[in-house]
Amino acid sequence: MSESNIPTNQWKLWEVFTQKKSGLPHEHAGSLRAPDAEMALLNARDVYSRRNEAVSIWVVPSECMVSSTPEDVGSFFDPANDKLYRHPNFYKTPDGVKWTS
Amino acid sequence: MIATDTERELEFQAKIDRGEVIEPKDWMPERYRKQLIRMMSQHAHSEVVGMLPEGNWITRAPSLARKAILLAKVQDEGGHGLYIYSAAETLGIDRGEMIDQLHTGKAKYSSIFNYPTLNWADIGAIGWLVDGAAIVNQTALAKCSYGPYSRAMIRICKEENFHHKQGYQMLAYMMRGTKEQQEMAQDAMNRFWWPALMMFGPSDTDSPNSAELMRWKVKLHSNDDLRQRFIDRTVPQAEAIGLKIPDPKMKFNETTRHYEHGEIDWQEFKNVVSGNGPCNRERLRARVKADTDGKWVRDAAEAYAKKHMN
Ligand SMILES: [Fe+2]
Ligand SMILES: [Fe+2]
Repeated sequence: MSESNIPTNQWKLWEVFTQKKSGLPHEHAGSLRAPDAEMALLNARDVYSRRNEAVSIWVVPSECMVSSTPEDVGSFFDPANDKLYRHPNFYKTPDGVKWTS
Repeated sequence: MIATDTERELEFQAKIDRGEVIEPKDWMPERYRKQLIRMMSQHAHSEVVGMLPEGNWITRAPSLARKAILLAKVQDEGGHGLYIYSAAETLGIDRGEMIDQLHTGKAKYSSIFNYPTLNWADIGAIGWLVDGAAIVNQTALAKCSYGPYSRAMIRICKEENFHHKQGYQMLAYMMRGTKEQQEMAQDAMNRFWWPALMMFGPSDTDSPNSAELMRWKVKLHSNDDLRQRFIDRTVPQAEAIGLKIPDPKMKFNETTRHYEHGEIDWQEFKNVVSGNGPCNRERLRARVKADTDGKWVRDAAEAYAKKHMN
């Protein structure tokens, strides 16, 4: 993703997500520039899937992406730090009980 | 608490030393950003200009199969340019700005593409030697500290293997052909061998940025190490198909298990880098012309997009 504020003579920036095969999640593949969604999809196919790397492609205008920032990574994620009881290994079972998970 | 730049820089270095990867939004020293923009834009330009010497032969490929292969390879190189431009844009530079720098001669690209492709065997030599050298460089860069660059390299390396192998297979085929075909292949080898060795850049003692780039893990091996790696894997491949290395001093050192080579003509390298290679002007002219001639297509696509937005 680009954070550039420089005025550009280039087309809009898009983020490309590809799915390797059905059942797998879409993954960020990279970005590209295109004037509209249709061209963005066609370009994404030609740039990121010339060898069947994808069975499905998402393109999203980069300006629509919202993300966490590295600076507040600590405070943003720390609510999860002290909650060990969210994990199954926090709990002990009585001796002799067989527990498969 | 506001960290000073020195504190941030120490933390940045520690992160790199721990083997962590730097992502676009992470804090980075201005110089790290600048050096990466310089390297990545040069790299992207090389992919794009690299299409020109091969593009010359698309209409003259000797068979439909060779034409299809060459077209696919050249299309890949265009794709490589795009991956790297978009990876470089994450550092805050605009693609248009990078392309302007190329077209005005402010930015450099790999000097290898300033050599002409004189006969069909040159296409084989480019795939085998030039892409072969590029793979050695890019495999190293795939482990570099900047995330978007490293991910682009991983994608590229997979495709380069096809470029490398098709070139070698083509020369191997010619070496089993007529005497004229063999001479053609050897002639291509003679002209591309030394420029391919120069692709790794000057010896590290003459490479001013090396130490800093290595500390930041932008570079992981010295230019000489990478060159050696390329030579060691390429010489046996040449011998296997009967091609001679155009270097009378080339010999295998039984103790070090490495090939030793003769002196590289760095004067020629400097000459080509500074714009006086056989094709520098022609390459830039072709690039600018392609950009100008393609403008109406971009304008049309934009007009179409605007029309359908409303
Ligand atoms: Fe490439
Ligand atoms: Fe290539």
